[in-house]
Amino acid sequence: MFELIFFSLLNGIVTGLLLFMLASGLTLIFSMMGVLNFAHASFYMLGAYFAYTISEYVGFWPGLIIAPVLVGVLGALIERYGLRYVHRWGHVAELIFTFGLAFLIEEVVSFIWGKETKAYQEPEILQFALFTFFGQDFPAYKAFMIFISIAICIALLLVLTRTRIGLIIQAAISHPNMTAMLGHNVPFVFMGVFGVGCALAGLAGVIAGPALTTFPGMAVVLGSIVFVIVVVGGLGSLGGAFVASLIIGLMQTFAISLDYSVSDILSVLNITPDSEGALRDLWTLSLPQVAPILPYLLLVLILIFRPTGLFGKRES
Amino acid sequence: MKIRSMILAGAALATLSAFTAQAAETIKIAFVDPLSGPFASTGSSGLQQFRYAVDELVNKKGGVLGGRMFEIVAYDNKMSPKESLIQFKRAIGEGVHFIAQGNSSGVANALTDAIKKHNKRNPDNRALFLNYSAVDPVLTNAKCNFWHFRFDANADIKMNALTDVIKVNTDIKKIYLIGQDYSFGKAVAAAAVRFLGEKRPDIEIVGNELHPIGKVKDFTPYATKIRASGADAVITGNWGADMVGLGKAIGDTGLEIPIYTYYAANDGITKTIGAGGKNKIRLVHEGPLNPPRTEAYKAYHSGFKAKNPDKDISQFRIVNTIQMLAAAIEKAGSDKPIDVARALEGMKFTTLHGEEIVMRAEDHQMLQPIHISVHTDENITFDSDNSGFGLLVEKSVPASDAALPTTCKMKRPS
Repeated sequence: MFELIFFSLLNGIVTGLLLFMLASGLTLIFSMMGVLNFAHASFYMLGAYFAYTISEYVGFWPGLIIAPVLVGVLGALIERYGLRYVHRWGHVAELIFTFGLAFLIEEVVSFIWGKETKAYQEPEILQFALFTFFGQDFPAYKAFMIFISIAICIALLLVLTRTRIGLIIQAAISHPNMTAMLGHNVPFVFMGVFGVGCALAGLAGVIAGPALTTFPGMAVVLGSIVFVIVVVGGLGSLGGAFVASLIIGLMQTFAISLDYSVSDILSVLNITPDSEGALRDLWTLSLPQVAPILPYLLLVLILIFRPTGLFGKRES
Repeated sequence: MKIRSMILAGAALATLSAFTAQAAETIKIAFVDPLSGPFASTGSSGLQQFRYAVDELVNKKGGVLGGRMFEIVAYDNKMSPKESLIQFKRAIGEGVHFIAQGNSSGVANALTDAIKKHNKRNPDNRALFLNYSAVDPVLTNAKCNFWHFRFDANADIKMNALTDVIKVNTDIKKIYLIGQDYSFGKAVAAAAVRFLGEKRPDIEIVGNELHPIGKVKDFTPYATKIRASGADAVITGNWGADMVGLGKAIGDTGLEIPIYTYYAANDGITKTIGAGGKNKIRLVHEGPLNPPRTEAYKAYHSGFKAKNPDKDISQFRIVNTIQMLAAAIEKAGSDKPIDVARALEGMKFTTLHGEEIVMRAEDHQMLQPIHISVHTDENITFDSDNSGFGLLVEKSVPASDAALPTTCKMKRPS
């Protein structure tokens, strides 16, 4: 049992931090521009594919730098020449634009790279077990993922709170009009934030690609969960996104690891559910089975009881 | 005036070409499977295999019924039963009467009902369901119908063969079952529990887990659980991205136990699992790939690879489906679904591998030898994903041993 909890904790942190890399960019974009960027997870996928292609030629490490930069530039270009143009027709148009973009990117990816899973592998230097605990290996690559995510997280925090750019970004988040009045180029800030947000998603893809496999569906399986994090954490709140990412990461891994069902809970309360009634499927429902819907349940609960999210400041 | 006459000429030309197309009278086969989404790789690889089989084994040999060619028409069903029914309607509307589908038993269950209903209501415009890969046993048992033919071995037959192999492996004392949460995954788990109970009651099933299909982004928690359970072997029916993820996660935890699978090869899976799965991953399948048994198959495989260097013949049953459909049309002397169905019933056939197979008339389930292969890079003639790794046959179970009785009560149209 202890083994299970220990490894679930580690796995949960790995997943949570990975989600945070995606959510941090999304939450900044969302709160600044009011755009729910449906294509955000697609940039994550692009990161993985770019890095895969780069790793074919020059190895994993250059890809770690080049791929996120490429994704970031692509993101900035899309903001400058796509999103900004569409913006004049309002938020609905922007929403539909990113929605279409997500499909477009998926199709383009499967057109260029094919639909099969790509053999994007960890660098050989990280292909060993960092430690073995109760006979179970913890891959060094997972530790590397944790390290990169934490480094990014700290860097982001420092940039946002300790630099002038960070100040402007924060100002643009809470009072966009006022910031523009003060003479700052808010559209440029938007483009930069969009680009950096996409680059972060790309970086998440680069490091997740080898661990979670690189295939055209990888954006879909992650896409919706990132929105949950942004809403649960609170719009524009990096701290909230961080906490929500970890909560959801841990919640999902623990829900899978712990085999409890509804009837177990009832038996603790000395209730024996009937095994014949119309609700019998409900009693046999186990935690691993409901694991995928738990984040969405959390989303609904948060929206009901705390619409601003855990750390959200702004109402709208 | 000029533009108008051009339009007229164009329209005339279009009608003319439509007529010539009709004169050639190709026999169309609808391929209704996922060509987008998480399982697109499995679907698109199947499509290439169908196209090659049709070109190589039917059209290049002069077609059927004195020169009529086969044509595969692709319909993307996104692996949703709802979408499949729409695509089925579309196919019927476009004059297609042979429906090939294989990915997901959930879809097959919906399609077989829809086709049955459609044929009842439209006796002049019937369709035939060529199920090349959906292996939920119910399709040829409780839900069997005259219009459905299954060319793959069903999940029970495969499990029967697999447990024959596990039976004699005394190292295995604890088994973990994991699968996708839908009809097929459940069928595999149920079959495993049943056959292990019959053949090796001493084996403890330490886990029987279903996970959502196509939605798990990280299989590490499952691998952790398998490791913690102390299992000596894993049985899974996972396919597509779910198989890659599971295989990789189990490899990462450093588990050195056999993983018995239904579909852990090709479409990038073999390459991704690579050396980490050597001598661990085993596959229950039809069509013995390595070592190849006949020159005819070698030539076919090499030809396929020359044309599709990135793809593999991952579903040999597709070859059988096309060859037997052609043979049935010839035998019936007609391409009307009802005549073809009658010809297919009980049809005996020798495959490119030289194996004797038979389409059981009772339930339209193909009876064929089942092989259990191991993922390795030694003694591989035809590798998968050009990775050097491939499937080497370890054990073979003859068709007669693998076959299981059916509960099907087939209602035949008069």
